[in-house]
Amino acid sequence: MSATATTQYSSYRNKVARSRATSEPVWIRYLLTTIALTFLTLFLFVPLAAVFTEALRKGFDTYITALVDPDALSAIKLTFIAALIAVPLNLVFGVAAAWAITKFEFKGKSILITLIDLPFAVSPVIAGLIYVLIFGIQGWFGSALVDNDIKVIFAIPGIVLATIFVTFPFVARELIPLMQAQGKDEEEAGLVLGASGWQILWRITLPNVKWGLLYGVILTNARAMGEFGAVSVVSGHIRGMTNTLPLHVEILYNEYNYAAAFAVASLLALLALVTLALKTFIEWQVARNAIQHESA
Amino acid sequence: MAKQKNILPGFNLSLGFTIFYLSLIVLIPLSAAFIKTTELSMPEFWEVITAPRVVASYKLTFGASLVGALINAVFGLLTAWVLVRYKFPGKKLIDAIVDLPFALPTAVAGIALTAVYSANGWIGAWLEPLGIKVAFTPIGVIVALTFIGLPFVVRTVQPVLEDLEAETEEAAASLGANRWQTFVKIIFPAIGPALLTGFALAFARAIGEYGSVIFIAGNMPMVSEITPLIIITKLEQYDYAGATAVAVVMLVISFVLLFAINGLQWWSNRQRTAAN
Repeated sequence: MSATATTQYSSYRNKVARSRATSEPVWIRYLLTTIALTFLTLFLFVPLAAVFTEALRKGFDTYITALVDPDALSAIKLTFIAALIAVPLNLVFGVAAAWAITKFEFKGKSILITLIDLPFAVSPVIAGLIYVLIFGIQGWFGSALVDNDIKVIFAIPGIVLATIFVTFPFVARELIPLMQAQGKDEEEAGLVLGASGWQILWRITLPNVKWGLLYGVILTNARAMGEFGAVSVVSGHIRGMTNTLPLHVEILYNEYNYAAAFAVASLLALLALVTLALKTFIEWQVARNAIQHESA
Repeated sequence: MAKQKNILPGFNLSLGFTIFYLSLIVLIPLSAAFIKTTELSMPEFWEVITAPRVVASYKLTFGASLVGALINAVFGLLTAWVLVRYKFPGKKLIDAIVDLPFALPTAVAGIALTAVYSANGWIGAWLEPLGIKVAFTPIGVIVALTFIGLPFVVRTVQPVLEDLEAETEEAAASLGANRWQTFVKIIFPAIGPALLTGFALAFARAIGEYGSVIFIAGNMPMVSEITPLIIITKLEQYDYAGATAVAVVMLVISFVLLFAINGLQWWSNRQRTAAN
């Protein structure tokens, strides 16, 4: 009996010794956790809570009125239109770029990867500016567009272009490392068994990276619906015409209509929260799949 | 000897489309900015980009971005450490919410931070009696830039901390190192490259930021006016060449940063694979 007790005691001592050697005293752990949580509270939780509190400050009726206002509704519509065009285009681009980059070797590949990242490095304001330089009245195609009565800047096409630019790299950036890790054995096996290129893409490659693909799409969508700087430059802020939701928030805020501004902002905050929830769900799925693969 | 032939189809189509789309959306429009500046003579260009109001905006943009990125380096490292090493209730929620600045539209962040940090806001009201004004001052710019850069350091440091082998820390302890020495000599060098990458990413993101800053900054010329706002102001005055000149300065700096970050990431990955 005493032998068991001794072993138990020594294993207990070992545990204590190990945790002391590779962890910190309890008070330091509490202190560090408290500092980190305070930082996150001041910078994340309090501002997030403020959006919803300010939105409901003047009551639920005012909140709803702000959301069903015709200008708000047309802003919601335009925001969806821009995202509905930008997301699929960047999705197709992301798949094509990832296919070329991960399945083939060619010169200048690392330059191409850096160039795909460029829009991340460009200020949104500059993203808007470059389209004004091309399609604006004084721009490269300005007079040609005026002659044909086509409006790009201060109109919907400009907003869509700016949205495409700022969300350009997301899908490609998600897919490239994933498809790199997958290799191309399965695709080559499919080819040997007689599958066409499109069949390989639809039945082998895309199912293998579906979660990464979905994550890329969700990020692209969140950014597309929330973009402010780039869209602000090209939109012209025409109420009920070229206002997206973030621009509508700005207009209401600058008119000191704070309750309405925060009401519309709360929609975008909800979108952000849904995005984070989906992201967490996808990460959970990926982790579960990884465990299943390991045990299989 | 012939190289091993790649038998997969679709190379020409996928690379062709990639380059076409990249040129159409990104490369040609960006080149427009550089071509537009040729309308200015060299002295004119120099005069625009070194005007006192513009120089003041560089100082604010780069200074506030630097301070914001430094705050994120310290607290982001701390947050990543706490998330990886310690257990506490609500940890999963905290881990998920760290990405909020990526997901929350910048205009929403801007008005929310302004509401919270203005003199009668939830946090601003506490700081006001201490004589600290945040909203409508350069401190407000720092707050906004800290917010939008927050996830970068956490998300670059977190995976490296998770990968760290417990054995090396145990070895250090058994050789007589105390916890602080183990951190400084073993852990910190291992996460250093990732920390620097996260810092650089947060800094680069902050430089171009517009939406979250303009609401809280107050936008006073020479005091709290950021460079992207200078570009907008010039555009609104139809000074396209002037706006583009300032934009080109920012673009060049951003590109240099992008290449530096790519180099850093390469270094950071090499450190990790070398360690494993």
